[in-house]
Amino acid sequence: GAGWGGIVRLLLVRAAGPRCVCVWGLFIGPALCVEKRLCGPELSALLPCWHRCGVQGDGVCHVLRPSVLRKDANAALLSNFEVFQLLTDLKQQRKESGKSKQSSGQQNLNTIMYETLKYISKTPCRYQSPETVREFLIAMKGHKLTKAEKLQLLNHRPVTAVEIQLMVEESEERLTEEQIESLLQTVASILPGDPEEQQRDSAMETEGRGSQ
Amino acid sequence: MFVLVEMTDTVRIPPWQFERKLNESIAEELNKKLANKVVYNVGLCICLYDITKLEDSYIFPGDGASHTKVHFRYVVFHPFLDEILVGEIKSCSQDGVHVSIGFFDDIVIPPESLQQPAKFDEAEQVWVWEYETEEGAHDLYMDIGEEIRFRVVDETFVDTSPTGPSSAEASTSNATEEVQKKEAPYTLVGSISEPVLTGTGEETAKDWS
Repeated sequence: GAGWGGIVRLLLVRAAGPRCVCVWGLFIGPALCVEKRLCGPELSALLPCWHRCGVQGDGVCHVLRPSVLRKDANAALLSNFEVFQLLTDLKQQRKESGKSKQSSGQQNLNTIMYETLKYISKTPCRYQSPETVREFLIAMKGHKLTKAEKLQLLNHRPVTAVEIQLMVEESEERLTEEQIESLLQTVASILPGDPEEQQRDSAMETEGRGSQ
Repeated sequence: MFVLVEMTDTVRIPPWQFERKLNESIAEELNKKLANKVVYNVGLCICLYDITKLEDSYIFPGDGASHTKVHFRYVVFHPFLDEILVGEIKSCSQDGVHVSIGFFDDIVIPPESLQQPAKFDEAEQVWVWEYETEEGAHDLYMDIGEEIRFRVVDETFVDTSPTGPSSAEASTSNATEEVQKKEAPYTLVGSISEPVLTGTGEETAKDWS
């Protein structure tokens, strides 16, 4: 009918211009080629590209690589604590909005959120708060560590000198023993650890002092 | 362990969802598309962090849905080189120790990166570290379910996009047993051949309680 005629005209008009092709080499027209070579909906109904793209019947290309353009692969490093906060908030939001939107498409998100939260909850970040993280980073300014090293200290909360040596590159050359000690002190005092363990440690300390 | 990746994509909202707020629909669509999926050369996508920019929505002839170009940031699991991670031993094989972190399972520690000397016990299908002290040799078994701390030394991305018709013809002409091997799109190679990097030491197990 009229719709098909319109589409055909679209093709004929654009054929004269610059050729933009879908990743599988099929002409899609410059109007749809917004730098990403996305297989356009009106053409996917006509061309074999519809099948090759693994389309789910809605006429849109679903293969991840061609359509999702990555601008900056490393815009920022995230600490475990930030991801923990984000996922907890998201979980809360989804619970509040009710089960009305639980379609089958959300299963992947549910799975990954559940597994990631389960993993992160076992790390020291569950005792952290925005204030402790800020305090920690301010305290770390004097120690001249790289961003990646500070992040690892934040995520793992090392308590022994050997762990520091693992996380800090060339620690024997860059840090003296006193510096490593002071680093451990800073980490232990600012970043909260397991409250049960801390109670046990302080109880042992007072016992030790008492016996002296 | 996690990075923020800026991405751009065109999101299609079908007409029956026009009553919902655009931001919500777009967030849901992006999560539906990317969550728990590996993007080639980027990493395992976890969830949407925020939407930085929404461009104008267009409706194309023949399709009633709106198409919107979105600039957004996504939380992606992509450990950097030499990062220390803690995981659980999932299984052992001749290829090495397979470690999992719950949401990501394709981590392998090859035999040469294990604490030397190590041998593979065929009967129990576990790797054993023959730990020598002054008293004698101790065998530390890398049992399933044990926590292990390792360093990320390498990562591999495999493109698992569907192939075109020409390669499909070639594969049918070969033996039919060579059906597509399920290749993991993203694998990490770890190493524990350094002091302290064992999960079986008492010291390290206590740290993680």
